[in-house]
Amino acid sequence: MELFANQVLAGIATGAIYACMALAVVMIYQAIDHLNFAQGEMAMFSTFVSWQLMQWGVPYWGAFVLTVAFSFAAGIVIERLLFKPLAKAPILTNVAGFIALYAIINSVAGLIWDFTIKQYPTPFGSSPFLGSQLISTHQAGMIGITLLMLLLLFFFFRFTRVGLAMRAAASLPESARLVGINTSWMIALGWGMASAIGSIAGMMIAPVVFLEPNMMLGVLIYGFAAAVLGGLSSPFGAVMGGFLVGIFENLVGTYIPGVGNELKLPIALALIIVVLVVKPAGLFGRAIVKRV
Amino acid sequence: MSAAEEVEVVTEGQAVEAVPKRAMTLGYGTSLVVLAALVLIPLFVKNFIIFQMTMLLIYGLAVLALNILTGGSGQFSLGQSAFYAVGAYTSAILMEHAGMNYALTLPIAGIVCFGFGFLFGQPALRLSGVYLALATFALATAMPQLLKLGYFEHWTGGVQGLVVTKPDAPFGLPLSQDMWLYYFTLVVTIAIYVASVNLLRSRSGRAFMAIRDNEIAASAMGVDVALYKTLAFGVSAGITGVAGGLGAIAVQFVAPDGYTIQLAISLFLGMVVGGVGWLPGSIVGSAFIIFVPNIAEGISKGLSGAVFGVLLFLVIFLVPHGARQVAIVAQQLAAKLKKN
Repeated sequence: MELFANQVLAGIATGAIYACMALAVVMIYQAIDHLNFAQGEMAMFSTFVSWQLMQWGVPYWGAFVLTVAFSFAAGIVIERLLFKPLAKAPILTNVAGFIALYAIINSVAGLIWDFTIKQYPTPFGSSPFLGSQLISTHQAGMIGITLLMLLLLFFFFRFTRVGLAMRAAASLPESARLVGINTSWMIALGWGMASAIGSIAGMMIAPVVFLEPNMMLGVLIYGFAAAVLGGLSSPFGAVMGGFLVGIFENLVGTYIPGVGNELKLPIALALIIVVLVVKPAGLFGRAIVKRV
Repeated sequence: MSAAEEVEVVTEGQAVEAVPKRAMTLGYGTSLVVLAALVLIPLFVKNFIIFQMTMLLIYGLAVLALNILTGGSGQFSLGQSAFYAVGAYTSAILMEHAGMNYALTLPIAGIVCFGFGFLFGQPALRLSGVYLALATFALATAMPQLLKLGYFEHWTGGVQGLVVTKPDAPFGLPLSQDMWLYYFTLVVTIAIYVASVNLLRSRSGRAFMAIRDNEIAASAMGVDVALYKTLAFGVSAGITGVAGGLGAIAVQFVAPDGYTIQLAISLFLGMVVGGVGWLPGSIVGSAFIIFVPNIAEGISKGLSGAVFGVLLFLVIFLVPHGARQVAIVAQQLAAKLKKN
């Protein structure tokens, strides 16, 4: 029983990474209705920016705030420059655009900061949390930050005019335009926010997986899986999905014999597919009713 | 969340454009020119370029298969690399362990993959859009790991993979191995292309397209949606499997890491660049995914990824509908010239 509890705890600790990323994934999905394949790379780039700022002597929280602001602006700029012209193009063309963006960011980051692995500081320290070896203060801090972001997002969408406008623009663009919402800018805002959330995720994840241009590849796959599992229409679902995927993965590795590190990912993904077949809108998502 | 939000009503948007079936192929004249070029060019170039042209045809087949699935039936797949891998391994194992003739292994690879794709299509039936993308993506990420498994190592060669011998030209024909393989691939490709065009013109093809354009309307018209959706998966997987088998023979080697998600993404890019739903575009898309990374590498070694991304952006900005758009514009220009 103790083994089980420990594995669940360790699963929650890794799950926090996925939850962070899944939150950014859901954010962009709410705004543009696609999964952005370049999301992880955008987060990685932001994390490198914060690292560079710290190298130049900016204190951690200063770099943190500057990076979030930079990422927000960068997200909007990317949308205005690259994806607004593609708004009328077929969806699959947009997906190709995400892949192109992925290749560009990855390669540019590799050129500026090269591919060696770098240490990244944590503001929470890395001593054991509440005397448990399985979860460090950094991981506890990361869970706290994720939940805080979730709370802020909830208040933003529920109680502010802009949040309401964004929801309207995402669910019924035509009607939203008729009541005077600038839907095009709402999409840009969605990109900015997703990019900012992604940058926070990146800065939280970097101390665990270390900083390098390819650090987000695996995380993004799990982040997608978590977001889809929880339901792409629900930020709360995405965070829960993240923790569930983390726990799944750990339990599978512990209890199913012959499952090494290599099979963890396929089995976790297979479980997710099973969940989706039973509940196609994800665990916490709303089923979308289609008008014929 | 408020009660009004619980039931979100969305008018159904189309994921894949409706391409009329006549717009899916080339005219006779153009087809003959392309065919003549494909037959004659290898006579004048070096062996390495012949090898590249063979790969062009093979990836072209794989893109064509994805095109039937996405452009034809409107389903999305990021898992084509898995079917490609199964085809490649089927051919390789039959040739190396059972000593079978390479040409005979291809139909078997096709049939095995058809079965695999048809079965995979069953659970995928309940999923659409991003969910289907994730499911197929999972298949693609799982495949290399499954091929490395210890249980199958006797057959698959584990991480090492298998070495495949390249066939000689039969009947003592005075052709180099590369050239023989090229013409062999060309014949297979043309046969599959013609079969695919006919498939899309047939009753089944119309059923695919009806599902793509409006699933509910299609089922109201009496189309067995479940059957045709899984059938589309099966056909697509089968063709990809044949391409995989040919690929294994051409590169003389199969290994798990040759069939990662990157291959699936490349095939997807090939389809978008060639034009979704336009079958001849498959070869253009295939050329893009084979040659553009090399060109990018040539322009800048350190920034090859960025150059590739920029080139891809250029293509989708200038022609968001891919090579099909170019072909349509060219056709209109030609018609105008004729009038004058």
